Amino acid sequence: MTVIDSHSRYDDLIQPGRVHGSLYTDPTIFAEELERIWYTGWVYVGHESEVPERGDYVVKSIGPQSVIMTRDRAGQLHLLLNRCSHRANLVCDAERGNSSALRCHYHGWTFANDGTLLGYPFMQGYGGKEAKKGLGLGRVTRMESYRGFVFGSFAAEGPSLLEHLGSATDAFDRLARLSPEGEVKITAGWLKHKVRANWKMLLENETDGYHPQFVHSSIFEVAKSGIGALYSDKSAAVSRDMGNGHTENDLRPEFRKLDVPLGWFGTTAERMPSYVSDMRAAYGAGAREILVDGSPHVMIFPNLFIAEIQLFVLQPLAVDETVQHVTALQFAGAPQLNERMLRQTIGSVGPAGFLLADDSEMYERNQRGVLARHPEWLTISRGMHRERVDDDGHTIGYATDEVPLRAIWAHYLGLMNGGVPMKGGVPMNGGSR
Amino acid sequence: MTAATAGLTLVDVEQFLYREARLADEHDYDGWEALWTDDAIYWIPGGGSSAEDPDTQMSIVYDNRSRIGLRVAQLKSGKRHSQTPPSSVRRMVSNVELMGRDGADQLVGANFLAVESRDRGTTIWAGRAEYRLRLVDGEPRLAEKKVTLVDRDRALFTLSFLI
Repeated sequence: MTVIDSHSRYDDLIQPGRVHGSLYTDPTIFAEELERIWYTGWVYVGHESEVPERGDYVVKSIGPQSVIMTRDRAGQLHLLLNRCSHRANLVCDAERGNSSALRCHYHGWTFANDGTLLGYPFMQGYGGKEAKKGLGLGRVTRMESYRGFVFGSFAAEGPSLLEHLGSATDAFDRLARLSPEGEVKITAGWLKHKVRANWKMLLENETDGYHPQFVHSSIFEVAKSGIGALYSDKSAAVSRDMGNGHTENDLRPEFRKLDVPLGWFGTTAERMPSYVSDMRAAYGAGAREILVDGSPHVMIFPNLFIAEIQLFVLQPLAVDETVQHVTALQFAGAPQLNERMLRQTIGSVGPAGFLLADDSEMYERNQRGVLARHPEWLTISRGMHRERVDDDGHTIGYATDEVPLRAIWAHYLGLMNGGVPMKGGVPMNGGSR
Repeated sequence: MTAATAGLTLVDVEQFLYREARLADEHDYDGWEALWTDDAIYWIPGGGSSAEDPDTQMSIVYDNRSRIGLRVAQLKSGKRHSQTPPSSVRRMVSNVELMGRDGADQLVGANFLAVESRDRGTTIWAGRAEYRLRLVDGEPRLAEKKVTLVDRDRALFTLSFLI
């Protein structure tokens, strides 16, 4: 179980059914979050398909820290800190590329793409070559991946990635099944959309099934979209606490009622014949269920949102500044699906997106609103009286219930109180109380 | 000065670009939508290689004519929260150059600088705009507009007014 200090300020700020506004605005809390969540726990960094060839590198982040994901000449992945070991200059200024070595522009120190210091100019100034040892690039202490999704943790010890993900591994498995080759590809490039809001506003919104009908009614109406109905109080969809702060809007009950392959994606098998036939070839009779169930809507704590047709990666920069990186999901062996995923994603997300421009407006209005101190609490009690437990032992609620918010805050409370995250799959609603 | 091409003089082109800018600044959504041809493309590339390959890479906007219509309809719904109230916007269009012809179409390049004011604060948007203009029933129309933002490699605030 978690190890809890006798009493912390977080026990006062996070209470059953409500959380305090200062959690979104207090810079000292933000600084503690960086240490206890972003620089301790597992954080999503990048996908293996972003560095397919030996020598490939791509610049990523863990919170405000710049991280270089590289593939060395042996094909091994590395998560290196983008910081020269000499005077802390950024060693990599391109966003991506292919190179066997990274050379710091400041004094010419050169590092192999596995982080080893290859050399420094005028080496007699260091008494020769020997001093190079131990002066390689810093690296993210632990790196593990699941189905090509690479995560990093700065903690030398702690739960494995599989323990952290727990039953949320199912979301990655479901995603991969949408490819006839069983593989997700992250190849469509990223938009970077900045908001003047605390990162938890975004985290909470990703699986808030209560807002879509209100925030997105404009586009649902003009596009005659059925998405809004998935988030009504008549919806059979389920909100779920997947454990360890991971949360879900499980839309499958609605898609199974509809019972139309690709209905979840607003299209039909007839309009995507080559994709559907490749899926049947790959999965046989099981293809129908995959095509009816669709893609997951799951928020992996703290920063990876699998949003059915796209991925979001949340990057906190300051207590009131967050960047959402977003790309269309792409799948190996599925060009027809990929084309539509990209087109729909471009329409929906990013600074001008039909959906995300309005979500982001809400984040920023929230951030301004939360400065008020009467009342000083935000309410997260919706559906508390009607929570249920599913067959896997997870707490679930109706589509519009705030089960995910309570799951996030319970996990957050454990982490901020210095707790080690529990091993996967055990719902933590109720936290340490 | 420049000879008339596609039936359009430089003055005609400038007047058209200024009108488009004014309609966008003043949120005259119907007037702005009427400027586009039936096969129009409205494109704002993102960063990196987005500007070269909109069919495989993310863009900020990549609208065909029907999606331009959807964008305008959403703005007119009164529930496009990121434009309710609408941003206060004014832009300059300058360095207008006739960039040659492609069949019957006149290609035009220009720079722009827009200042947007919202509750969040004031944001400066600058970039290169490339236009493909076509005479339809004697009037210039937009067949394509590509907006390449100076800041396209940076993280951007919400951009939901018409740029």
